[in-house]
Amino acid sequence: MHSPNSWLQLALFVAALVAVTKPLGLYLVRVLDATARTWLDPVVRPVERLTYRLCGIDPLLEQGWASYTMSMLTFSLVGMLLTYFVLRFQDHLPLNPQGLPGLAPHLAFNTAASFTTNTNWQSYAGESTMSYFSQMVALTIHNFTSAAVGIAIAAALVRGVARQSARTIGNFWTDTVRVTYYLLVPFCLVFAVVLVSQGVIQNFKPYTVAKTYEPYTIQVPKTDSAGKPVMAADGKTPVLVDQSVDTQTIVQGPVASQVAIKMLGTNGGGYTNANAAHPFENPTPLSNFLQVLSIFAIPSALTYYLGRMVMNQRHGWAVWGAMFAMFAVGLGVCWRAEQRGNPIHQSLGISAADGNMEGKEVRFGIFNSALFATVTTDASCGAVNAMHDSFTPIGGLVPLFNMQTGEVIFGGVGAGLYGMLIFVVLAVFIAGLMVGRTPEYLGKKIEAYDVKLVMLVLMALAATVLVFTAWASISAWGQAGLNNAGPHGFSEILYAYSSAVANNGSAFAGLTAAPADGNPHWDVTLAFAMLVGRFLMIVPILALAGNLAGKKLIPASAGTFRTEGPTFVVLLIGTVVLVGALTFLPALAMGPVVEHYLMTSGTLF
Amino acid sequence: MKPLLDNLRASVLLTLVFAVLLCGVYPAAVWAAGRALFPWRSDGSLLVDKDGTVRGSALLAQNFSSDRDFQPRPSAAGSGYDATASGGTNLGPTSDKLANGVHAKDAAGKDVSDPNNFDGVKDLVRAYRTQNGLGASDPVPADAVTRSGSGLDPHISIQNALLQAPRVARARSVPLETVRAKIAAATDGRSLGFLGEPGVNVLLLNRALDKIASR
Repeated sequence: MHSPNSWLQLALFVAALVAVTKPLGLYLVRVLDATARTWLDPVVRPVERLTYRLCGIDPLLEQGWASYTMSMLTFSLVGMLLTYFVLRFQDHLPLNPQGLPGLAPHLAFNTAASFTTNTNWQSYAGESTMSYFSQMVALTIHNFTSAAVGIAIAAALVRGVARQSARTIGNFWTDTVRVTYYLLVPFCLVFAVVLVSQGVIQNFKPYTVAKTYEPYTIQVPKTDSAGKPVMAADGKTPVLVDQSVDTQTIVQGPVASQVAIKMLGTNGGGYTNANAAHPFENPTPLSNFLQVLSIFAIPSALTYYLGRMVMNQRHGWAVWGAMFAMFAVGLGVCWRAEQRGNPIHQSLGISAADGNMEGKEVRFGIFNSALFATVTTDASCGAVNAMHDSFTPIGGLVPLFNMQTGEVIFGGVGAGLYGMLIFVVLAVFIAGLMVGRTPEYLGKKIEAYDVKLVMLVLMALAATVLVFTAWASISAWGQAGLNNAGPHGFSEILYAYSSAVANNGSAFAGLTAAPADGNPHWDVTLAFAMLVGRFLMIVPILALAGNLAGKKLIPASAGTFRTEGPTFVVLLIGTVVLVGALTFLPALAMGPVVEHYLMTSGTLF
Repeated sequence: MKPLLDNLRASVLLTLVFAVLLCGVYPAAVWAAGRALFPWRSDGSLLVDKDGTVRGSALLAQNFSSDRDFQPRPSAAGSGYDATASGGTNLGPTSDKLANGVHAKDAAGKDVSDPNNFDGVKDLVRAYRTQNGLGASDPVPADAVTRSGSGLDPHISIQNALLQAPRVARARSVPLETVRAKIAAATDGRSLGFLGEPGVNVLLLNRALDKIASR
């Protein structure tokens, strides 16, 4: 039932995405130029100047790539340490009306790495783990800074491409501050208030206890006076007692301010465990539409920024076109698979026309769930409005594959563009090999050093995903975290590491990364994968930016491979898909692909 | 050493400045604006009785199982509709547990209560057909027998509500047309007329029914 209504929503989404790309891209040009003026100057400029003065930053000082990298790494490390210690000691800090305890070391490390790297993988359950202070300070600060740093890196790389015979690629501090003050904060302020109008909560009250209409009885393990579970005579099974539930404890807190930046900054870390599926985070189809659009807005605009900065707008649109084509195919596949639903459940009596509704919300339906899943994994957002773990095998393969492309289909804010430029360099290199000429990218010769950096990034990312997946698959600690058996269990593992390395943060959420017995393997390996995925990507990219900036421009000739037009778009898509597919195809075959055929034949695990 | 120290100083100071602005001023500004413009929504869309008792949130499902009430979608949030433990089953398409459920049995093969018991799609379909008088092969609306992503989905599909309507009307001794009118009134349509899918808000619907025939 691909209803006309769904097509109308798709058309509106595409139109809105195209419409924001140019104006937001032009605005980015001004934001990322320390001397340019914007319409926010009267309000923001004084705050910006004061910030520089307080922090001892010279905003016009240009940095070389090594200096830029050092500043970025120091800033990230300080932020990560702050988060780690706030989480560890949240019970001694203010704004903890629920009296939640401090986090275990591995969980705090995992979460600090997760938010520093713009991943927002959540090993914890938001509403029952984090105090308001932790949510507001330890986590929210990274939603802004990790996004701002990503955009700064992308700008540095674009400058490297655009400049010639230059030694510098910009100023890290200025980029980060300006992106935060001129782009993220003002947009989030407006966005958050719009979200409140739809029903997203924003308050500082303790949780509300409601008296429900119909009390019901649940069975809970009986505990003795010391709080230990009482065991039956066999010593193994806990004794159960009936407990009447006549209240519902309703989560409260500053949700809207966090949701706005988690979407716009492609962070994705929800306030609640259910993330954007929770009615308090995403109450209406309109809030859902705005959230999906806000994920893609900045990454899409950055392609326009690229075109403008290298003075070749057609190149910017060519990159956009390659991203859009891959997005559209992914959406089509996911949407169709979810709409067709699960034949096993249909044989049990579920209406076939309704599609696969397990883990989905009625107000979003099939189309908006498939759209959100595709967008959130194309971009490295990772927020979810439906549970990917319960998608059909092919519907779940799309998010998995999207992440394995390296998050370059629009991608994270900044990360999508610099990730895609890695593939652009690789594509022109391949094209150069095919026609037997020295590869060039926008008038810059691409040489052995550049290609080595590119391959370092691609191989480090792929190897991290596959090695950790293999390790977890054959280890007791790895299998202990699974919620599903058979190939779907393997998909849960593959999804976790793909998500961590891609800095996405969505999950086949049945996986328990923080088990009750405190085994730290999942938390620590995932944290390591996230750090590799972020910093082993950024550092070579900044080196590439520095190297490209120093090169001379050579004039285009008849033999120059043009980085615009359909030929380039096809070559770029081919490079992304082949590198992604060839590396991960065997793993995907063992997970979702085989599960699809087993589902069709009615096999259960 | 100097560049390193400069970087460290700038990092620490900038982190502090950001902490104040982004973690203090920004959420407070959103809070103030939300409070001024949309006070009911920013506090959680709470439904409050005349005597001041909070009965729930218009946005969150809660448990209803009697024949008199419309029933929400099954929930995997905690032990069911637990608003501090939102989440879905996260069971995959080939999960035996999801399809057939888990039912502990005693030595004689009879069902016994157990915290790990779980109703699969098969059990939920059977229960739905029985409770609403459907035939053994009538298709059941998907939303009625699947758990939502949040476990707190306040809505059911219109089709699901219409199938439950005769049962509720009978149990409450209210004309079917009245119940149908209440369903229409409790339906949240598509945003702007075409975004998303329409859904019937179960909690608001049951509240509205209580007002015409007190329980």
